[in-house]
Amino acid sequence: MVELSERIKRLLPDAVLSAGSSLGQQYVVVRREAVVEAMRKLRDDETMLFNFMMDLTAVDYLGKRAHDARYEIVYHLYSLKHHHRIRVKVSVGADDPSLDSIVPVWKGADWFEREAWDLYGITFKGHPNLKRILLYEEFVGHPLRKDYPIKKRQPLIGPEN
Amino acid sequence: MEERNAEVAALGDSVILSTVDAVIGWGRKYSFFTYPFITACCGMEFMSVAGPRYDIDRFGAALPRFSPRQADILLVVGTISHKQAPILVKVYNQMTEPKWVFSYGACVCSGGMYNDYSTVQGIDTILPVDIYVPGCPPRPEMVFDGLIKLQELVAKERSSKWPRGEAEFAPKVKR
Ligand code: SF4
Repeated sequence: MVELSERIKRLLPDAVLSAGSSLGQQYVVVRREAVVEAMRKLRDDETMLFNFMMDLTAVDYLGKRAHDARYEIVYHLYSLKHHHRIRVKVSVGADDPSLDSIVPVWKGADWFEREAWDLYGITFKGHPNLKRILLYEEFVGHPLRKDYPIKKRQPLIGPEN
Repeated sequence: MEERNAEVAALGDSVILSTVDAVIGWGRKYSFFTYPFITACCGMEFMSVAGPRYDIDRFGAALPRFSPRQADILLVVGTISHKQAPILVKVYNQMTEPKWVFSYGACVCSGGMYNDYSTVQGIDTILPVDIYVPGCPPRPEMVFDGLIKLQELVAKERSSKWPRGEAEFAPKVKR
């Protein structure tokens, strides 16, 4: 039987850059421009039917990767029909950390994308309401970026310490 | 003076002399009403403090009041984030005097392991704290030790300490 990631690569030859498995978890790396199209296909294709967007988060590879692939957005999808799961990864650069929103595909991605924007500063183009979700409005910067100073305090609403 | 001493001696054991402060302090220390302000994992340990095994009721501090206006002790249990800080101060200012603040756990005392962008580095930066109990989370025994120390403090207090007034807290941004 052909591995799931390999099947996805065959299904989406233009979108998938690489495929493989890590510690038993299948993954595919998708081109940034093709993400919405690829996701829609993964959701609707009869052999895939990934109808559950389980998780969306971001990783900052500052100092570990090239400047134009600093961030990685990671999606975890699950199919309630076929009981299989896949990890989809998309790289974005430090100068323009943005990609298309997948809210049109899964509505549940809304708050996940807001969280990734809040803490990592990834812009999701086409998101209906991209504003801070965990931090307060007046906060400046994105604290989970590796270059955010750990001792920096923003006592905008709390005490100064 | 001698005349008075003779009068006192004549009363024998039927009168106990004390100060009003001492009597009030004695009464207060065994009848704390707590307001548990629980935000994080220390709350799990608070449950065992309050539950039947350790039973905070033995010290007269069992009754949680879910309105700050009826409470004497503000039990701050769990990590306080900068976003939570104005709420905590509002709760404190709503409590009627006399009132005491019990700092429960490492996070509340000093920020604990969260030396980061989101956590208040000790609630004594926003409120007057009467007793600090460190530990992550503190064992129930430590909490009782803290509570007994607080009782001793309350028993010795003078009424001139009150009212303590509102907590000084000047948020940079008004909302
Ligand atoms: S002191 Fe430890 S147990 Fe208590 S709230 Fe902080 S992290 Fe949780």
